[in-house]
Amino acid sequence: MTATAHLQACLAEIAARDGRIAAFLHVDEVAALARARELDAQTQAHGPLHGLTIAVKDNIAVAGQPMTAGSRMLAGYAPPRDATVVARLLAAGAVLVGKTNMDEFGMGSSTELSGFVPTRNPLDLTRVPGGSSGGSAAAVAAGMAWAALGTDTGGSIRQPAAFCGLAGLKPTYGRVSRSGVVAYASSLDQVGPLARTVRDVARVYAVIAGRDPLDATSVDVPLEPVSWREDLGGLRIGVAREHLDAADGLDRQVKARIEQALAELRARGATLVSVSLPHTRHAIAAYYLVATAEASANLSRYDGLRYGQRTANPPTLDALYTHSRADALGKEVQRRILLGTFALSAGFQDDFYQKACRVRRRIAEDFSHAWQRCDVLLGPISPVAPWKLGEKIADPLAMYLMDAFTVAPSLAGVPALAVPVGRDAQHLPIGAQLIGQPFAEATLLAVGDVLQRAFTPEAA
Amino acid sequence: MSAFEAVIGLEVHAQLLTRTKIFCSCEVAIGGEPNSRTCPVCLGLPGALPVLNAEVVHLAVRAGLGTGCTVQLTSVFARKNYFYPDLPKGYQITQAELPICLDGQLLLDDGKVARIQRIHLEEDAGKSIHGESGTRVDLNRAGTPLVEIVGHPDLRTPDEAVSYLRELRGILVTLGVCDGNMEEGSLRCDANVSMRLVGQAAFGTRVEVKNMNSFRSVRDAIAYEMTRQVGVIADGLAVKQETRLWNMDLARTESMRSKEEAADYRYFPDPDLPPLHLDRIWLENQRANLPELPAARKDRYARELSLDRNTANWLCEEPPRADAFDRTVANAPELAGSFATFLMSQVQGQLQRHERPWSDVAEAMPTLLRICGKWRAGQLSNRMLAEVLQAGFGDSARTLGAALALAEAEAGAVVSDDAALEPVVDAVLGQFSNEVSKYRAGQKQLIGFFVGQAMRQLAGKADAKALAALLIRKLEG
Repeated sequence: MTATAHLQACLAEIAARDGRIAAFLHVDEVAALARARELDAQTQAHGPLHGLTIAVKDNIAVAGQPMTAGSRMLAGYAPPRDATVVARLLAAGAVLVGKTNMDEFGMGSSTELSGFVPTRNPLDLTRVPGGSSGGSAAAVAAGMAWAALGTDTGGSIRQPAAFCGLAGLKPTYGRVSRSGVVAYASSLDQVGPLARTVRDVARVYAVIAGRDPLDATSVDVPLEPVSWREDLGGLRIGVAREHLDAADGLDRQVKARIEQALAELRARGATLVSVSLPHTRHAIAAYYLVATAEASANLSRYDGLRYGQRTANPPTLDALYTHSRADALGKEVQRRILLGTFALSAGFQDDFYQKACRVRRRIAEDFSHAWQRCDVLLGPISPVAPWKLGEKIADPLAMYLMDAFTVAPSLAGVPALAVPVGRDAQHLPIGAQLIGQPFAEATLLAVGDVLQRAFTPEAA
Repeated sequence: MSAFEAVIGLEVHAQLLTRTKIFCSCEVAIGGEPNSRTCPVCLGLPGALPVLNAEVVHLAVRAGLGTGCTVQLTSVFARKNYFYPDLPKGYQITQAELPICLDGQLLLDDGKVARIQRIHLEEDAGKSIHGESGTRVDLNRAGTPLVEIVGHPDLRTPDEAVSYLRELRGILVTLGVCDGNMEEGSLRCDANVSMRLVGQAAFGTRVEVKNMNSFRSVRDAIAYEMTRQVGVIADGLAVKQETRLWNMDLARTESMRSKEEAADYRYFPDPDLPPLHLDRIWLENQRANLPELPAARKDRYARELSLDRNTANWLCEEPPRADAFDRTVANAPELAGSFATFLMSQVQGQLQRHERPWSDVAEAMPTLLRICGKWRAGQLSNRMLAEVLQAGFGDSARTLGAALALAEAEAGAVVSDDAALEPVVDAVLGQFSNEVSKYRAGQKQLIGFFVGQAMRQLAGKADAKALAALLIRKLEG
């Protein structure tokens, strides 16, 4: 199949269904087709992703294409340079389909908090696709792209992957360059792939990972090729009681899927061991302080001066700032900026931001201790199956609690992989989370592949 | 007034002499088309990340070693949050809790040791240009690397403050950390000034004075502020904690903003930049390879060349001046003392008169040393020397060295042989017979008068010593 034919199938799907799903904020058909034809004209494969269609979350820069990060604040903005991950995809021969919808600046778990339009779950249009990379997940699930890039700060790749029946990887912090990626919480943000299979995720991951001189937090740890496996003899899978038996609000059907996943892995030779991650219950609080504190500074540049939206005829400089930001930033973004500003304020910083940083170190220690007993951890991603649009929109705290299982690996900086493990009684997809040791993505992917094929043998 | 003493501490911002900015590869320079030296990083575009320039670290470490600081093997960059149009990210990257250098000191002219609290790295902001049609922002300066050197409030007089600043500037320039140009703002000084009763331990309310762009401004602004604060106290009022700007034209400080509502900058570690770790061996290498610092140089001048303090201070005030001096006298150490005095008393004035830069003198040093030597040996008279310098410095058609050499050649040699001097001496003694009688009666000081008269006849080109000797022989023989 040519790159052009492949792309045209995606574009046809977008034309037919994206009016309803709203996975994309921007599709440049002309540029994408020109790129596909150019690749088809080449006699040799351009690279490992030759002719494959990839959708890019709209907080990742593609030179000359609009980039809004889901915010009306950035309507009309186009970055001058490609993000490093985009440059690597292009060098590997990928065809970029378009920019995908997201919760504004990555702040949300359902993609209902996009500044433009909510995205719907292609598997059930009454339900959310998860978030904040909901547009990326929906695009792949609907066949509008072979794979997609998302970003994950506290679960924003893993949870939408789970909600749309996909695989999705949040790499180790520092593994993938953040250069050209709109920052939400810089110490947590990582770019990663979403795709139908773990093996496809691995192909994209191998292209985008690696040290980048433009990102001082990216690290130079050699990438190991994945050794695909058939059995898991000798592998120790950790099960944290905080993720299963002692987990608050974990849906019965989700729990049943995770238990079946564990049984499947044991059946393939893995040993199951019980571990404890005692600080898990503090993870949500720590995450929402650290992430919002960093966001409060990261989003200060959206002041209406150099780019983005500016209020008309402000009487004073203060009015320019406050009106531009109040008009163009969504309520959830404003809520998080205020929370983060408060957490950093004089007199409160010790009790909030600093304390959250101490909890973060304890959470990282929990994982370090667990690695003495197991190679990977397995648990849930979301405590519940995809919910209906509007169901949780009025209750921010209820929405935050949906991140209970995904934020701890983010705080610890360890890699985590979403793997589809079947459906619930309403035929909604359920995902399991495999959590790995730092920079051990290869192990994570190999185990994830075995797990996915246990449920869907054709997903090789 | 005498019952009060001032407590003064300086905060000095020095622009580092790097080719590129602190977190991107844009060029550091002055002037140019507004916003021409910018990129996504220093414009604060979405997704742009800072990457630390290694040369910045090198220079900050030199500044720390030169001022006796303890260089920290681990330091951390932090974000200082505030909104302003010339601050593109809405925060400044600086160092807060863990700066790169701590606890240094400077030796002042009066022998006092003034302590340095810390030196930290930070990025400069852009410039807001306020005009009639509104405010425009130029971000060429945004991201220029700075060190901020924070002094303890150990200074008590305007002169001590100037001495501290001169010493600090000398060190930074010697080490190639900063060009030291206060007028262009590459070295900027803010002063915290408060008054208290002599003998009182507690500090008074502190006022921060900004906008001083010369040593003179620093001295005058602090002196003004001291008088103003004593006046406020004498009126029975309280000094307000505030920031004031020095207005050089009106020779006064003016209130800029009240600090009563202290800004909360919400400092926290910048997650885009990992902690900065220095290698211990690298650091020791840096320490071992420091050049001679101004204090050591002044000691050497006093010890080896017997220069007085004033002359040594003057030479060391501009390290390139002392460098050129050292190079020039290396082969003529016996002339060093008189040459230093010659530079200070004769050459400095010519430079100012002709508005020439010091670098001209550096180039002409060997010629100046030769001229100075001839003058000291009597081969050039005072008058001839003045003419040579005037002609040389006034000649902008060629290099100063070449111009001086030309003037020197044109001046020719002094007349010193008796055969040439004798007719003139005889004529002068004949013309002033009254004075001759007075001299012979014991008014020996008239010798100067006779020399002067003879010198005038000889158009100032005689060897004064030979002339005096001949006159004495004739008068007393």
